[in-house]
Amino acid sequence: MSRLSEHFNTLRARNEKALVCFVTAGDPSAEATVALVETLAKAGADCVELGIPFSDPLADGPSIQASSQRALENGMTVPKVMEILRQIRERVPDLPIIPMTYYNPIRHYGLAQYAHLAKEAGADGHIVTDLTPEEAEEWKQISTQEGLDTIFLLAPTSTQERIEIVTALSTGFVYCVSRTGVTGVRDDVPTELKDVVSNIKAQTDKPVCVGFGISRPEHVERIAAFADGVVVGTSLVNLIHKERDNPELLEIVYQYVASLKAATK
Amino acid sequence: MTIANTEYAALPDARGRFGVYGGRFVPETLIPALDELTQAYAAAQKDPAFQQELDAHLQDYVGRATPLYFAERLSEEYGAKIYLKREDLCHTGAHKINNALGQILLAKRMGKPRIIAETGAGQHGVATATVCARFGIECEVYMGEEDTHRQALNVARMKLLGAKVIPVTSGTATLKDATNEAIRDWVTNVRNTHYIIGSVVGPHPYPMIVRDFQSVIGREARAQILQKENRLPDAVIACVGGGSNAMGIFHPFLHDTTVNLIGVEAAGEGLDSGKHCAPLTAGAMGVLHGSASYLMQDTDGQVAITHSISAGLDYPGVGPEHAWMKDAGRAKYVSVTDSEALEGLQKLAHREGIICALETAHAVAYLEKMRPQLTPNTILIINCSGRGDKDMSTVVRSLELA
Repeated sequence: MSRLSEHFNTLRARNEKALVCFVTAGDPSAEATVALVETLAKAGADCVELGIPFSDPLADGPSIQASSQRALENGMTVPKVMEILRQIRERVPDLPIIPMTYYNPIRHYGLAQYAHLAKEAGADGHIVTDLTPEEAEEWKQISTQEGLDTIFLLAPTSTQERIEIVTALSTGFVYCVSRTGVTGVRDDVPTELKDVVSNIKAQTDKPVCVGFGISRPEHVERIAAFADGVVVGTSLVNLIHKERDNPELLEIVYQYVASLKAATK
Repeated sequence: MTIANTEYAALPDARGRFGVYGGRFVPETLIPALDELTQAYAAAQKDPAFQQELDAHLQDYVGRATPLYFAERLSEEYGAKIYLKREDLCHTGAHKINNALGQILLAKRMGKPRIIAETGAGQHGVATATVCARFGIECEVYMGEEDTHRQALNVARMKLLGAKVIPVTSGTATLKDATNEAIRDWVTNVRNTHYIIGSVVGPHPYPMIVRDFQSVIGREARAQILQKENRLPDAVIACVGGGSNAMGIFHPFLHDTTVNLIGVEAAGEGLDSGKHCAPLTAGAMGVLHGSASYLMQDTDGQVAITHSISAGLDYPGVGPEHAWMKDAGRAKYVSVTDSEALEGLQKLAHREGIICALETAHAVAYLEKMRPQLTPNTILIINCSGRGDKDMSTVVRSLELA
């Protein structure tokens, strides 16, 4: 069983929900990313999505677009992100870590070579935002060979047929997008979300985590009532950017993430 | 060449593939909308009323059929018979309206009350704003901020037509980024919005739909040349950015294997300078904006910054069917530079009294490179895809005419 699945089992036994945190590798710097992910783990994050930046992130709102741009300007490449992951893995041997990216950078690197590199660096699985099951045959096969989870996405627009396809192909967890739209901080939790998640859970026993627009402990608490986990990205990326020169950066991030984690229990 | 045996009408396949190209690489949220569009288009194709309505508007509103004009003085210059397919005479001044009109009729069938579009040179934006005004549908157009400056006339036209023009400042602030932003809007508002993509790019079914609506160019041109010359041309030449005018004129000639199809990409300041947008000539396979095709990218798979004097060609990707036709050897893709295009534009203006768009000027400019092979019996068709009014400020600045 994968590290990710094992961790979800442990959480289930504890009657606790997962907090998944997203950071962009290389923003504000490679060294900072290593220290930040270690801090996320200490603060209680159950899984970290490590963003491999792409020049044209069409599922992301302005914050993660800008973060990706900064990371690229800092010289991030696929192998450099894997080097960051390797360093993180030395410090946090048990934390499930899933690189999150778009298809072109890993396709260009070579899917098989990339998957091998990622596994060696300590990745547990992947989210490839613009890769749907229909186009993922080769990637799925390679990931399975390497023992890497493949997390596919569902959305409020997904039909019953698509829910069946996506839940069947996902391993580790199923990523449910909370609303039609791109990543970014929102004030509210959509009222339809509970039904969307229930509908997916009626179809699968795999954990279902909800992301997009979640930034506050009260959002986390509300969603944790019906989902298996929540993903927080933009607000964390914003906080890191705002406090990047503050010597207390790690402490500030710790406090924020700990407050989110507390809402999952 | 395996092409003669290939059944073109069968492409793309059910997954939207042209060989290894095409497909659907988009966030999951959009998949149901793409399925809905695929079904609506299939139903429309079977509905004679849809085709009648489209044909009626193409005739009386767009002004089709456009002439196939024998360019006598240009022909004298090059020692060949050169015809121009006058898409610049379409309502709104370019071929873009053929597709915008078809898609707005689809949007009506799907009951979508809101339209979005991306635009580079502004011609697709103007075409979309025009059909939205005609059918009374709300319209928002994403346009790179840099393009809003170099194509200011078209921004004014869109506004006058009642569309909202949204300048895009992210990335390089050109067509690529306008397309990103339009896709983000669509992901957000997919339930009530139809996205009218302006070229043969994007996720399936767009490359197919846009090709089909633009193929009216090639169907007319083929019939017209047979009537005038009683034979098919030796070559058909068109500029290629995303590739819609080229695909539109090429496609009805695909089975005529004696007809050379030549797509002209923008070499910008030269292929060696790195400042160009010629993915078919100098790029490699990649995935951008929902489909696999040739792409301008760096060694890490990041999309490269492009350059062309022509905003409409300033795009790092190209339609997947062009990628397939290149690999299959059915079409040849070449490139000309900014300065060569400017010369082509002047030559057409001086010789024929036609000021074409900077995009079109790339196709005209390729005549210079064909010159050694041309004979008095050579028959060429150039797709005169658009008129040049929108480019006057760029041309004036570049040629120091002011």
